Amino acid sequence: MSKPKLALYWAASCGGCEISVLEVNEAILDVADFFDIVFWPVGLDFKYHHVEAMADGEVLLCMFNGAIRNEEQQHIAKLLRRKCQVMVAHGACACWGGIPALGNVANREEIFDRAYFTAPSVDNAEKTLPQTSTRVAEGELKLPVFFDTVYALDQVVPVEYYMPGCPPVVDQTVAVVQTVMSGDLPPAGSVVGAGSKTVCEECPREKHDEKKVKRFRRLHLCDDLDPTKCLLEQGVVCAGPATRSGCGGKCVSVNMPCRGCYGPAAGVTDQGTKLIAALAAVIDSTDPDEVQQIVDTIDDPLGYAYRFGMSSSSLRRVRTHG
Amino acid sequence: MAQFEPRIVAFLCRWCSYTGADLAGTSRLKYPPNVLPIRVMCSGRVDPTFVVNAFRKGADGVLICGCHPGDCHYNEGNYNMMRRFPLVRKLLAQFGVEPERVRLEWVSASEGDRYAEVVAEFTDEIRKLGPLEWAPMMAPPPVQTAESVVTAK
Repeated sequence: MSKPKLALYWAASCGGCEISVLEVNEAILDVADFFDIVFWPVGLDFKYHHVEAMADGEVLLCMFNGAIRNEEQQHIAKLLRRKCQVMVAHGACACWGGIPALGNVANREEIFDRAYFTAPSVDNAEKTLPQTSTRVAEGELKLPVFFDTVYALDQVVPVEYYMPGCPPVVDQTVAVVQTVMSGDLPPAGSVVGAGSKTVCEECPREKHDEKKVKRFRRLHLCDDLDPTKCLLEQGVVCAGPATRSGCGGKCVSVNMPCRGCYGPAAGVTDQGTKLIAALAAVIDSTDPDEVQQIVDTIDDPLGYAYRFGMSSSSLRRVRTHG
Repeated sequence: MAQFEPRIVAFLCRWCSYTGADLAGTSRLKYPPNVLPIRVMCSGRVDPTFVVNAFRKGADGVLICGCHPGDCHYNEGNYNMMRRFPLVRKLLAQFGVEPERVRLEWVSASEGDRYAEVVAEFTDEIRKLGPLEWAPMMAPPPVQTAESVVTAK
């Protein structure tokens, strides 16, 4: 009997999820034993036409990381969706847009302008811009269309499971693949490889539920942080109260505030607005002017609120009209 | 062209402001019909998620009314809303939504006239700002065509 097939793909991502798959170390041998890996751009030399040649539904599992930023990524997402039975949004970018989705504060024109003209390191006297189609002596060269907006995987194709993290922690990756190998699958739509509460539940720091913040502080400007106490109560923006558990509190254990890569907790639709509410809750003032002053010490609420979730946030992107 | 009629969602606290709105009605005060009132137990119950969802689903403005500071039925629910408010405004501004589209007012149960005034003033302000029209921001990615699909070989 032939082995079940596994496909892995990366779209708009940094490659960290791919590396985290390799980080399972020798367990990758069990995976390769159980599965026939048929597509994995970072690890194996298969081409798109190999995938196109497969029968629909022939691949059991597709682990898709990265957001959808251009036409090629959308095309491959749709192709793999046809070929696979179980589609897993692997990592924060596939789940909700991730870091690339912070590009939703701008549009294509603004991004190209910055990347090809105005960034200080750019030397582009001829004002060359990438074109979707260019004529050269050898024929026509084409590039995929770059979208104005970055999309999460499930905004392009249906997704069975969501596996959060930037990247997902290794034990969770192993557990998810083992679950698929066991054949005992959770209901479609489930978040897999994570907890259901918040990072605060896993955080070893002492919390007092007291309002005591008179100003918010950037981490690199703090030299007096108490390593045993809640970061938020010390005025450092920590996404723990708005973020799903499952990572084991790795960042907060080493004096690093949670950045929110495990996404919204169970039952929460918008991680960012939950963080906004949590930040407001530690402000120590009942005077509107003073509250405003304290809020003004946070320069970029959007960046904190939607560092990993802009595509799936309630408003998805900044306004481009009016 | 017909005059733009703003759609405003108002979250009214059950103890003070909703009763104030009721009083405006029973007193037969005239005010613009542009407000969709939603009764909440406390202004402190108004999660910032409600505000962004209202805008996403077509609201042009969001009004939040609660008890005056010190008068909260739950002692400090309205203070919770007061602390959230500037952060919500700042977040909305980053999304390109004019911060003036969300407003926080204290309206007691006896202030029917004040409720009518606030609604009239806010409706006027939103009318000047014009429609928000968030739906196009939520559009799916462009449809792919044989022409547009380019893949590496």
